[in-house]
Amino acid sequence: MSVLDSALPPRIALVGNPNCGKTALFNALTGSRQKVANYPGVTVERKIGHFVSPLGRRVQVIDLPGTYSLRARSPDEEVTRDVVLGRFSHEDSPDLLVCVADATNLRLNLRLVVELKRLGRPIILALNMMDAAEKRGCRIDAAALSAALGVPVVPTVAIRRGGVQPLLEQIDGAMAMASDAAADAAENSAPCGWSEPSSRDLRAYHQEVEGLLAGCVADAGLPPLATRRVDAVLLHPVFGLAFLFLVLFLMFQAVFAWAEAPMNLIDGAVSGLKDWVAATLPDGALRSLLTDGIIAGVGSVVIFLPQILVLFFFILVLEATGYLARAAFLLDRLMGGVGLHGRAFIPLLSSFACAVPGVMAARTIENRADRLATIMIAPLMTCSARLPVYTLLIAAFVPDRPLLGGLVGLPGLVMFALYAAGILSALAVAFVLKGTVFKGAREPLLMELPAYRLPNPRDIALGLFERAKVFLARAGTTIFALMIVMWFLASFPGAPEGATEPAIQYSIAGMIGHALEPLLAPIGFTWQIAVALVPGIAAREVAVGVLGTIYALSESGDALQSSLAGALAASWSLPTALSLLAWYVFAPQCVATLSVVKRETNGWFWPAVMFAYMITLAYGASFITYRVASALL
Amino acid sequence: MSGHPTPETGQSPGGRHLGELKKGERARVTGVDERGVVTTLPEGELERRMIEMGLVEGSHVEVLHEAFPGRDPIAIRVNEHTLALRRAEARAVLVAPAA
Repeated sequence: MSVLDSALPPRIALVGNPNCGKTALFNALTGSRQKVANYPGVTVERKIGHFVSPLGRRVQVIDLPGTYSLRARSPDEEVTRDVVLGRFSHEDSPDLLVCVADATNLRLNLRLVVELKRLGRPIILALNMMDAAEKRGCRIDAAALSAALGVPVVPTVAIRRGGVQPLLEQIDGAMAMASDAAADAAENSAPCGWSEPSSRDLRAYHQEVEGLLAGCVADAGLPPLATRRVDAVLLHPVFGLAFLFLVLFLMFQAVFAWAEAPMNLIDGAVSGLKDWVAATLPDGALRSLLTDGIIAGVGSVVIFLPQILVLFFFILVLEATGYLARAAFLLDRLMGGVGLHGRAFIPLLSSFACAVPGVMAARTIENRADRLATIMIAPLMTCSARLPVYTLLIAAFVPDRPLLGGLVGLPGLVMFALYAAGILSALAVAFVLKGTVFKGAREPLLMELPAYRLPNPRDIALGLFERAKVFLARAGTTIFALMIVMWFLASFPGAPEGATEPAIQYSIAGMIGHALEPLLAPIGFTWQIAVALVPGIAAREVAVGVLGTIYALSESGDALQSSLAGALAASWSLPTALSLLAWYVFAPQCVATLSVVKRETNGWFWPAVMFAYMITLAYGASFITYRVASALL
Repeated sequence: MSGHPTPETGQSPGGRHLGELKKGERARVTGVDERGVVTTLPEGELERRMIEMGLVEGSHVEVLHEAFPGRDPIAIRVNEHTLALRRAEARAVLVAPAA
């Protein structure tokens, strides 16, 4: 270890089975002092946080993806293995491993502990969910377990921050010992000796665990009866599937219903700000940039924050309760019909919020063909960035007519149809892919169904906070910058003397739009849409902002008062609007999605294929929609 | 390795596998033998995964739930935890009636 390294804070890593409460413990240790290098939904990357120990030591904590073994099966488990073994080139292995074990399920959890102990690294075992174990009548002798394993054992209830203080004290003690050892021997940073265990080794670990359990667990307690009773309904072949579809329906319903009031608030605030700036500043380029460019553009994107948070709220809660694994179980056979793995459900569900975490969540699928098939269809799930486009066009063109006696409205039905179109085309694409390029048997399903648990509001809130931060950072950087560029392109050069058309017609954006128009005329797009589509590839929701800017700059006098939806309804034909909706079902995904696909597949080939196939589908769907709608209407 | 000796394998009286158990049936695992199971995994991998998920000689199992359609996959209790797997792969787990 170099002199430089010793100045770094000591690092501890949290390792354990999936669902053992690692992330809750991480939150209890670090609070809000954490940096998430990944997207919420499913833990697929390292999360790093820090805390100050009782002895005043600043300690860095890494939360690793859950695993049953260091024999990593999937890319996310490889992250865990490589961090624990110190295989990442730029960092040593952690100074201390905190193994988190679910006390209600010791047999499976101790197996990993036994494997980790073989590494010879300093270890502390956190026996998590002790309250639930005791409630079940499970009696674990922590002192005996500690003696038998030869590592400190601390009972914790991470979800209520129970046992955190004793754990911190243990960490301090272990750190002191580790740094003494490091002072004695410089080989602390040597890579761990580890080789993949054979099935014989695994059986030996199992025997060791049986021995530990016999010596340290006086009473194994009752199995989780409540979970079993609930599952009798929720995993029922008929009621279970019906419940799953009900949950999904409620989720999308809530995205609209719950988000409406906060969206109106944001809308009011944005227009208020715009009016205030317009009233305060003198007429000129600066005022136009602020009101038409930045406030109109960024405001039309920020307004969708409530919908995105509602969607993520559902995903985080379903994940925390343990229901997502059930959904994968229920859908495995049905999704197998198009060759997908049941586990693909989780990345695909995340993709409804955003394809980026969806593509990353596909890391939990081990088999490369299954994983690629999932990644390729993930962007067909209607992500929340497409919501602004859908919402705007529906508001402009679909009359609010109640159907079925007011039970559903026509706008809601159209929205549902758009989501359904995305899902059905995804299934069709998966079917084609699995029948051609990704032929072969599916990866086995071997998935733990965790006991049901009440989600901790604090952990959900932290997840939502993280999501809001990511979204607003994007609105404040990428989208902000794009808006300034678009305003500039749409404003310069100005209209010549005696011009009859709105100024934007003569601007650079106008020229780009007019240049692209012949290409897009067959699918009914106007030059304004052409202008909006270009930055829409960088970030889909920007298209709405650009349309906002274009129409704000095109209007004058009375028309300026009307909303963007009103302006569109007045200037587009219905077939054009339908064609644009069809385009956005397949819309060439944003740059962020393409770059995450590049990262996850290690090359440009798959993102290129994705872009090509989606733009082909989008053009084809728009062409058919426009032609059919023009003929019929 | 897949060649690990499992004396109770195969021809033991009432030799059944987990894949053919019905809902509600209980059994004891007598061996893990992946031969005859079609999988994408390299040799020996399915056996190791089964052991890692607790399906090892001596474990107690019970079929709790069956999905739709075709009563597949199944959810089983393995000692204290619950595991979902497909019947095709469950064939690798040899069982005897619970004592």
